[in-house]
Amino acid sequence: MLYRETGQFKTTYQRDMAIFPIRQDRWVLIAAVVFAVVGIPFIASQHVIAGYLIPFLIWVIAAIGLNILTGYTGQLSLGHGAFMAVGAYSAYNFASRIPELPIVLVFILAGLVAAIFGVLVGSPSLRIKGFYLAVATLAAQFFVEWVFATFPWFVGGAASMVIDTPKMDIFGYPITSTLDNYYLVLGFVVVMTLLGKNLVRSAIGRSWMAIRDMDVAAEVIGIRPLYAKLSAFAVSSFFGGVAGALYAFCYVKSVDFTAFDLFVSLKVLFMIIIGGMGSILGCFLGAAFIVMLPIILNELAHGIFSGQIPSALISNLEHMIFGGLIIFFLIVEPHGLARLWTTAKEKFRLWPFPH
Amino acid sequence: MHPELAFAIEVLIAGLLSGVMYSLVALGFVLIFKASGIFNFAQGAMVLFAALTFVRILEMGVNFWLAIAVALAVMIVLAVVIERVMLRPLIAQPVIILFMATIGLNYFLEGFAQAVWDADVHGLDLGIPDVPWMSLLDSTNILISLFDIWSAVICGVLVLVLAFFFQKGRIGRALRAVADDNQAAMSVGIPLHQIWAIVWAAAGLVALVAGALWGQRLGVQFSISLVALKALPVLILGGFNSIAGAILGGLIIGATEKLAEVYLGPIIGGGIESWSAYFIAMLFLIFRPQGLFGEKIIERV
Repeated sequence: MLYRETGQFKTTYQRDMAIFPIRQDRWVLIAAVVFAVVGIPFIASQHVIAGYLIPFLIWVIAAIGLNILTGYTGQLSLGHGAFMAVGAYSAYNFASRIPELPIVLVFILAGLVAAIFGVLVGSPSLRIKGFYLAVATLAAQFFVEWVFATFPWFVGGAASMVIDTPKMDIFGYPITSTLDNYYLVLGFVVVMTLLGKNLVRSAIGRSWMAIRDMDVAAEVIGIRPLYAKLSAFAVSSFFGGVAGALYAFCYVKSVDFTAFDLFVSLKVLFMIIIGGMGSILGCFLGAAFIVMLPIILNELAHGIFSGQIPSALISNLEHMIFGGLIIFFLIVEPHGLARLWTTAKEKFRLWPFPH
Repeated sequence: MHPELAFAIEVLIAGLLSGVMYSLVALGFVLIFKASGIFNFAQGAMVLFAALTFVRILEMGVNFWLAIAVALAVMIVLAVVIERVMLRPLIAQPVIILFMATIGLNYFLEGFAQAVWDADVHGLDLGIPDVPWMSLLDSTNILISLFDIWSAVICGVLVLVLAFFFQKGRIGRALRAVADDNQAAMSVGIPLHQIWAIVWAAAGLVALVAGALWGQRLGVQFSISLVALKALPVLILGGFNSIAGAILGGLIIGATEKLAEVYLGPIIGGGIESWSAYFIAMLFLIFRPQGLFGEKIIERV
């Protein structure tokens, strides 16, 4: 009864094209952002923010990136971890070699470097399609891992091949505490979510979806496949690069090349599949699911068996449950959690009189 | 023979022989892709599962051939279960969903294999000595392991048997019909589910052989499942749906990879085997996007 659009008339074209046409959606969204800014610091402990919320927000950015490429443009990619790695390492190099650069600019530059790399990786996509392309993106994944494992220049000459991120500050205000990091990441998430949402509902987003649905047909109606595919790769890896940089600077603080391995690429892919392909909301749901799942499984394992079974078995069981749940989800709802949400919303609009 | 030339030939032959092993793993992918259009990411986990099952049964003191038979039976059961539980409800879904399901299967099998058996490194002795071929070494100065030769022979025989099985007879015809068009095959009365189970069982057999051969080399352990990643460039080079492509692709990748590692590796930093094969395959794909023997992709709007 609360969720009703009755009486909300769209009297102008602007209002018809609004990002959230229903008033209740806007309220919920504003409430969520306000809660994330004001409420979270009061109710969540340092441990929860540093361990769960910051990675969750970072994965959201990464997932939006991959969703643009795979969910909206239909180009299957197994190399998202590589884009994140490029972002993280270039952010490190910008920040340590040119210390005068403001940190936000560093992250954006890192995203741009990742975008250039993404365009390079995506350039065969015009000729190579489907699974062939997926395997080609795997090549990028292994190549990047090798580069960062082999050449000390990228880690500033450290023999351990580990990068320790330098201290950050914004206009002289040092970012040190967990909460500072949280706000920095949150700011990026809000801006980049808006950016992503607006991109996919603009002309370029529609051309991506046309390419996804059938690229030959899209070409016939005047969409340039080169431009659409490469722009999708660029935007996607920009998001990935920023996420990687945030991951290195605000979450783990010290990374080596193993931090962005194939498993990371698959993890982001899981997020968008479970959350929902071609849905920005799905990125949030999927990221929350994938971040929470191991934690819940761990808690359950410790709660029920209270440390009686060896940890190796727990980790194996975790793998099994993880894999099993993914198959289960795909069977039950191949369109992801976002579809469940949409269905629920439709029900709510008519409740309690569905006829 | 000139020692440097002998070394080059040695590298080339070693590459070709390891290429045969890659083809074997790639074959597992091709079988499933041909019959159902699924890119089976879980092939590596199947190799691990098969090899672990085999080695643990051997360690219980069971006879070698019986152990193979039991492991094979386990793989067949696995194939039937996968078809029943995973593939049947997902029928007519887009290929990317099926691909994701096999990634889920990959995790499940990795966990399952190591939970049922264990995660230790198990030595495996197939009774084939891993020693140089002495008479060749004496006469031409080329060092090649007898084990490599044997495994190449085993792979060759297996490939021939499978190729024969898939070309001739009732099942072979049904398989080719299913590969051509799932729905058309179903409408003329070919039992699709049965065929899929057979194909997954065949992929299980390939995984068992690959797991046993790689297992003697590397020890049966988790890292054996990464062998599948080695087979992916072979797959895109040869084409996803060509058995001949898998074999030839494996040979090309194996040889060029070894040559690149030995002659190019030292120049640009070493350890390039993780991606050089992909690079070779990519270069090739630019000119022939459907792979060596892949079917020409015809797009209709």
